[in-house]
Amino acid sequence: MIPMEHYLIVSMVMFFAGIYGFIARKNLLAILISLELILNSVEINFSVFNRYLYPEHLEGMFFSLFGIAVSAAETAVAIAIIINIYRIRQDIDVRHIDKMKN
Amino acid sequence: MEFTLLIVIIPLFVFLFLALAGHKLKPGIAGITGTAGMAIAAALSYAAAYIYFFDTAKIDGVYQKITPVSVEWLRFTEKLHIDLGVLLDPISIMMLVVITTVSLMVHLYSIGYMHGEKGFQRYYAFLSLFSFSMLGLVIATNIFQMYIFWELVGVSSYLLIGFYYTKASAVAASKKAFIVTRFADLGFLAGILILSFYTGTFDFDLLTADKGSLVISSTAGASFIGLSAATWAMALIFMGGAGKSAMFPLHIWLPDAMEGPTPVSALIHAATMVVAGVYMVARLFPVYAFATPEVLTMIAYIGAFTALFAAIIAVTQTDIKRVLAFSTISQIAYMMVALGVSGFGGHDGLGYMSSMFHLFTHAFFKALLFLGAGAVIHAVHSNEMGDMGGLRKYMPVTNITFLIACLAISGIPVFSGFFSKDEILVAAAHHDTLLYVALWAVAGLTAFYMFRLYFNIFWGKEREYHHKPHEAPRIMLFPLLFLAVLSCVTGLVPFSDFVSSDGKPFDTHLNWSIAAQGVSVALLGIAFAMVLYRKESDKPARIAAGLGILYTAAVKKFYLDEIWMFITQKVIFKCISAPIAWFDRHVVDRTMNLTGQATEKLAWLIRDFQSGKVQSYAWMFIIGALLITVWAICM
Repeated sequence: MIPMEHYLIVSMVMFFAGIYGFIARKNLLAILISLELILNSVEINFSVFNRYLYPEHLEGMFFSLFGIAVSAAETAVAIAIIINIYRIRQDIDVRHIDKMKN
Repeated sequence: MEFTLLIVIIPLFVFLFLALAGHKLKPGIAGITGTAGMAIAAALSYAAAYIYFFDTAKIDGVYQKITPVSVEWLRFTEKLHIDLGVLLDPISIMMLVVITTVSLMVHLYSIGYMHGEKGFQRYYAFLSLFSFSMLGLVIATNIFQMYIFWELVGVSSYLLIGFYYTKASAVAASKKAFIVTRFADLGFLAGILILSFYTGTFDFDLLTADKGSLVISSTAGASFIGLSAATWAMALIFMGGAGKSAMFPLHIWLPDAMEGPTPVSALIHAATMVVAGVYMVARLFPVYAFATPEVLTMIAYIGAFTALFAAIIAVTQTDIKRVLAFSTISQIAYMMVALGVSGFGGHDGLGYMSSMFHLFTHAFFKALLFLGAGAVIHAVHSNEMGDMGGLRKYMPVTNITFLIACLAISGIPVFSGFFSKDEILVAAAHHDTLLYVALWAVAGLTAFYMFRLYFNIFWGKEREYHHKPHEAPRIMLFPLLFLAVLSCVTGLVPFSDFVSSDGKPFDTHLNWSIAAQGVSVALLGIAFAMVLYRKESDKPARIAAGLGILYTAAVKKFYLDEIWMFITQKVIFKCISAPIAWFDRHVVDRTMNLTGQATEKLAWLIRDFQSGKVQSYAWMFIIGALLITVWAICM
């Protein structure tokens, strides 16, 4: 069996890659992708802890499933917002979006 | 007797109607509405007087105080509550009759006098408001209700003095009247509070019952700076009365109040509102007489001084309305003296009776004088004596009615003023020779300045008039004639049968020696005026020059206005108000401003955090999260 640490290393790499992308990328879509990375690393953690520490329970798995559903919905909303911003401004650079109203 | 409430309510509704809908009405309709309302109120007052005096109110030969209407309005404690109601007793009934009669005459007269004025409807609305307030004042069942209406008459007086609000002098006069009387009312309110604090009631019935024993027993022992609580309370209450009734030194507003329309001066500043102070002292008379006789003595001396003082000034004034204003001050002071020298009960209460009697007769002849002066002003378009003369040919009716009023105020027999003035002189003579001599001198001065006025207007040299003066229209003549008749006959009313200090009728008869003294000094005054003013001559000017500084001082009203200005502007404003204003601006305001400015500075310092850059927020969030993690691990 693959030791638990291997999974956790992967998820940690994903998490910090996401954080880095979230801060460093200027394109809203890239930021959204980074956000997905963060979320997915968290879901991996849920599943792994559940599988290795409490194999007789399933809460971690369900949390992962919920997380996937929520992140899907959230992505749909975010994409809709991004498209609307693009329609109005022809630009999705996060540095230029700093006002609540124009 | 519940219908007496209507006497008060009708003018109120007329006021509301005219104030809300007046601008949509034709002026004539507004005038007729106001007059009709007043006519109904007058008719009801006469009915009330008839029923009260001849039908119901006498029990065992004593006129009872009855309270047909009383509603509790505010309750503070079990005993202390403010009621609104109707109190009927001989003096309130008498006042109802006087007010509604004079008010009705003034309403009628104003239809002619104010014809074509801008704001005619507003004028009638205010007249109704005044009538409502004044009627409410006299029927007050308790001192607080009186205070409420007292302020209301102050407001309506303010509104009517400032009726010509585009005229700067009228605006100044209305403000002056309001501020001076308001200042006096401060004393009134303080007095009411002291009195009610000790006695635990506002009710006139309880306060005056049983020779004011409630006041005497409840304030026993309490004192402040050497004077008892009762003395303070009653003296402060009198201060309010002195303000409204223009007693020295609070009289300065009344001459200026003549800036208002002349019928208003007749109604408010001669016949009704200015006697509110006298009425109030009469209302609380048992308390003054038994609990605080020293205040009553003070009232007598203040009154005597004011009477003499105002009469001397009246002799020198040239504005006819101002002469009448000072004469009003002097006559009201007469009533005050009469109250001041009065005792309680039976023949001792002669002063009380004569004061009310003089109030009654004075209301009619003084209203007549003002309305006559209004007719003259209407004809020659000037207030100055110098612009008048020889008008008897042009205005015969005004001439006769004015003469009747002058004879009445001078105290010539048969006319009403003689009877009331004689009773006052008798009461004063019984009490104090000094007061009697003062009043006797005032009687002579009164006759002199009234006939100076009369001869200057109707005799003397005829002036160059721009257009021929004409007699007033009929609607103005009717009130003149009606009041002239009243000025002739009201003196014959056996007043002591109706009004007395304790409600028991008593007999009075003329005291011939005092009547002779009073009449002779009045005749002397008239003769003197006739010699000086009947024909144009330089005699008055020579006498004025001979008197020198005394004459100048009297023309300048003994510099009382200037003294008040000095006290308020130089002493109160400069030494008290200015430092307080400085403190307010530089200490209180600056503290507040500093707080505001500090907040703003701080906000400028930290506003850059809120940049709107999402990624910088994310940085902060992550750094914060890391710090918390580190902290959590270390712990």
